Amino acid sequence: MKIEEIKENDIEDFKSEEKERKVVVPGEIIISGDELPGEGTRKDGKDIIAQRFGLVDKNEKLVKVIPLSGVFIPRRGNVIIGKVEDISFNGWLTNINSAQSSFLPVSEVPRFIDKHHLDEFLDIGDFFSAKINGVKAKGIDLSLDSRGLGKLEGGIIISINPNKVPRVIGRNGSMIKLIKDSTNTRITVGQNGFIWIRGDNVEDELVAKKAINFVSEKSFVSGLTEKVEEFLNQEKEK
Amino acid sequence: MAYTKRFDGRKFDETRPITAKVGVVPNADGSAMFAFGNTIAIASVYGPRQLHPQHMQNPSTGILRVNYNMMSFSVSDRIRPGPSKRSTEISKISEWALNSAILLEEYPNTVVDVHIMIQQADASTRCAGINAASLALAHAGVPMKDLVASVSIGKMDKQLVIDVNKEEEDYKEGEGATDIAMSFMGAKKLTHIQLDGKISSKELKEATEMGKKACEKIIEIQKKALKEAMEIKND
Repeated sequence: MKIEEIKENDIEDFKSEEKERKVVVPGEIIISGDELPGEGTRKDGKDIIAQRFGLVDKNEKLVKVIPLSGVFIPRRGNVIIGKVEDISFNGWLTNINSAQSSFLPVSEVPRFIDKHHLDEFLDIGDFFSAKINGVKAKGIDLSLDSRGLGKLEGGIIISINPNKVPRVIGRNGSMIKLIKDSTNTRITVGQNGFIWIRGDNVEDELVAKKAINFVSEKSFVSGLTEKVEEFLNQEKEK
Repeated sequence: MAYTKRFDGRKFDETRPITAKVGVVPNADGSAMFAFGNTIAIASVYGPRQLHPQHMQNPSTGILRVNYNMMSFSVSDRIRPGPSKRSTEISKISEWALNSAILLEEYPNTVVDVHIMIQQADASTRCAGINAASLALAHAGVPMKDLVASVSIGKMDKQLVIDVNKEEEDYKEGEGATDIAMSFMGAKKLTHIQLDGKISSKELKEATEMGKKACEKIIEIQKKALKEAMEIKND
């Protein structure tokens, strides 16, 4: 459900997944010619120079660097998983693994909430999935006003590097679908690197967790889908 | 007697054996170890993250904050842990050396914290620290114009040498020892230079050229370390 919304932003990253990718470091010349500099690059004369540590992605004329590390940069429309840190009179102060503070106002929750007992819906320490409604100087505003968003009950939450999220989801959600189907779990991946796994039993959840960590560690190996399949089969036999 | 042979038998334009490794601090956003022979520095990077106190926040760009510290056991006489006059100065110097290379305009009101720890000191600790910090910043995914490499040039009596160690730093004969620490962005642009001793302007130019050459090699080693970190992951 939520997975569909997430993946659409990232499809373009996967068009050239099979191509051999070069690792670049800041200051390295990626290519010389009339290509255009994309994210993480700059143009100096004819040279396109990397500004971040990551992998080169060349799409026709546009050259960009896909970062491998770094913190989560919130953007409007991102679906994230957050944790309630504090309750104020008109909403929840949350932690979404970003530099700025984030706030979920009661008005953005599309159901009846008792204003005097906000903790009946979300208490401190609860996890929820939400959408980023806006990024402003004073903080990030969240919203639950979309299908499939709300409190996450049961299951486990794991955290990975936010830059690995597109790999975990895979092309058109293929990777996450593979993990979901073979471990028989429900998984929600937040763009901020928090992942919620819910299965019928803890064993299934732990296998899914292992598989996700496997993907995020080996996120740039070619033919990863096959390797994950193999990995999941091995885990099942145990 | 003139300085004709180095104490440890190196050539005049030879650095001590360099080791560089990234990803040494698992909890940091980025980290690196850099060693010149017996001088070992570890740098860890946190952020970009929210900056407190709030009055330090800059709404047009993120800021860099460097903290340099020597571990109490890093030198033969135990040094008192915590900030000192010397470490505060080096923190600021390292910050300036790195600041012109990093691009934090995309992260307003935030701070990137760099913690440099000297595990073992045998002179040139600030250079090792800056090298480690530059690697750690790249590893943390902070946008940078270029990597920063740093090296110390010494003048022992009248002889210019690269990468001074403690023994050379304490050289007393003839004109004595002059220690020049310098950093280059991408082995092209000078971002930091410090001089401790006496030197003529002609010799200083010569020393800068030597430093630039040494930094070219250091940057190659830094690049290799970053790329190796990727390959290990892929195995």
